[in-house]
Amino acid sequence: MSASAEQIAASPEAIAAALEDARYIADEGLATAVFLAIRLGKPLLLEGAPGIGKTEAAKAIAAVLGRDLVRLQCYEGIDAAHALYEWNYQRQLLAIRHAGDQEIDIYDDRFLIDRPLLRVLRAPERRVLLVDEIDRSDHEFEALLLEFLSDFQISIPERGTLTAASQPIVVLTSNRTRELAEALRRRCVYHWIAYPDASREAAIIMLRAGDVAEATAHAVAKAVGGIRAHPLAKPPGIAEAVEWANAATMLEKTGSPWPLAFRRAIGVLIKDEEDLSYIAPELGRIVEEALG
Amino acid sequence: MNGMAPRTSTLPCAAAPFLGFARHLRGFGFAISPGQVTSFMQAVALLGPRSMNDIREAAYATLAPPPDRRGEFDAHFRAFFHGEVENFIEVDGEEETGIKDDGGDQRQEVDIRRDDESGESASAAERLGLRDFRRNTEDALASFRRELPAVLPVRRSFRNVRTHARGKLDLRRSLREIVQADGDVPIPLFRKRQLVPRKLLILIDISGSMKLWTEDYLRLAHAAVHAAGAEIFTFGTRLTRITSPLRIRDREQALARASALAEDWDGGTRIGPVLLAFLAVPRFSAFARGAAVVILSDGLERGDHAEMETAIRRLSARAWRLSLATPLAGDLRFRPQTAALKAILPVLDDLVDGSSIAALTKFILALARPAPRAEHLWNKRA
Repeated sequence: MSASAEQIAASPEAIAAALEDARYIADEGLATAVFLAIRLGKPLLLEGAPGIGKTEAAKAIAAVLGRDLVRLQCYEGIDAAHALYEWNYQRQLLAIRHAGDQEIDIYDDRFLIDRPLLRVLRAPERRVLLVDEIDRSDHEFEALLLEFLSDFQISIPERGTLTAASQPIVVLTSNRTRELAEALRRRCVYHWIAYPDASREAAIIMLRAGDVAEATAHAVAKAVGGIRAHPLAKPPGIAEAVEWANAATMLEKTGSPWPLAFRRAIGVLIKDEEDLSYIAPELGRIVEEALG
Repeated sequence: MNGMAPRTSTLPCAAAPFLGFARHLRGFGFAISPGQVTSFMQAVALLGPRSMNDIREAAYATLAPPPDRRGEFDAHFRAFFHGEVENFIEVDGEEETGIKDDGGDQRQEVDIRRDDESGESASAAERLGLRDFRRNTEDALASFRRELPAVLPVRRSFRNVRTHARGKLDLRRSLREIVQADGDVPIPLFRKRQLVPRKLLILIDISGSMKLWTEDYLRLAHAAVHAAGAEIFTFGTRLTRITSPLRIRDREQALARASALAEDWDGGTRIGPVLLAFLAVPRFSAFARGAAVVILSDGLERGDHAEMETAIRRLSARAWRLSLATPLAGDLRFRPQTAALKAILPVLDDLVDGSSIAALTKFILALARPAPRAEHLWNKRA
């Protein structure tokens, strides 16, 4: 059995080190937020631009704690049956047929299909719940989640109320395409993941990309930082930067010289036609500077 | 000994600054709940605190300032805990933006028509022109009122309702029926998620530059309130909620009351501060959430447009669709070229012609239909 969550979360520094072992480089703010979320027993709300590593952070937290990650992907129109539980009606019907004259409890556990929230509730010490991209769901769903996050219990009319034996660890992520309810933000430990500085981004690229030379990683980090300084519709995230480093390295190995390899691989970094045409005249200079 | 002592007296002196910081932030419009303050203090205790940085991180994590106010939050933190005042952010140099909500109070009917005060400036020719259009306008308004309830944009409700056909099989309820009927399969029951209309929120600019159009806008708003239960606000230098007076059936009376309620007719515009004030009142900003928001304004902001940009961006994050209808777009040569319009164009869903009731009603009736984003349309024209 692995150590308890409290033992692992001895201090923000311990969390940061453990996360790095799990191949995730967290800055001080994130490590503190994770530490506080675990020790205060509150959900952790991560906001940030797409591709900044919010979901990765949740995966790393689960890995650090040695728990399974249960992921609930939100979308417009998600409802309780997708998030909480559902009865397996077909089996219930079959069971009724099968039982004949015998009495049968059709609201038994074996007829209950656990959805992510219930699954976490049943074994909070073995699982971490990730509610991904909550900004995509409707605000009614937010209210439902609010209820779950405050008491960690689910009421099933046929069965009564199920309560978690201990406080589950919950991570929520949002791309901030719309504003979340104040009440939800208030209930959570909050962290806004900003773009990392060049040296940290280079470290992340080194850790994440397959085999990228250190000089390449630094150049990529610097160039991506320069590109983000321009007002693009979709600034490249860390995930894109890693891909760019990978792609450029591959092109270089197959015969493109350095500045050209970066420019030819731009399609994995910037995926918007207008942004591409906007950045194209600048790109040569940015890459030269980063390499120089 | 003294069991009746108030609880606050048991709080250690060292905790006072943290409470004070929360109170300080509330004074600057940060929404901070008592629960958050408790978490803040718990977090500080958990972290040691070994340095000021620990307190700062704890404040960020538990008090959760919105990302666009992080700079301001940081300045407040430094001001409060380090006593740095020199680079303190001046939130609003001017007077507080006035907000007025009739809140259902029973006012005496005051018969002030706007024309009586300022009608002199509208030239006779313009008046004649207006009269010519009056009949067309009436027709447009009448059909607007008739058609609007049916064409409002809809969203799926979270709740299921029973239905007799055309839905998903309601297995849960059917199964209960089956159990009650002892295993017999009765008529299957259906359920579906109802479609509910989205809210319509109309914000009307009543500043001097909009003088020619405001009366038409109010008549449109009156129709929208009666047809779709829309929420209506006016803004100039202040913000006024005029939904309740507009609920009066008789239009002339409703308009007279609404006009009397707003006090900033034909003055300057402070779109940014006023919209920020709108968003700062939770009850008001809840109207915008998931709603179709239509701003009727020329977008001519007095002074700096940075606040207007922030306000519009925040509003668009709450709204389902944010549209700006400007009377200036009635001119074919119109292009969004002012700095303010250029800045807000990327977050607007629509930038449309608001120069006549006919154009406006046509647009509002088509809100449910998807349209290319404003930026895309106008960039193509440019």
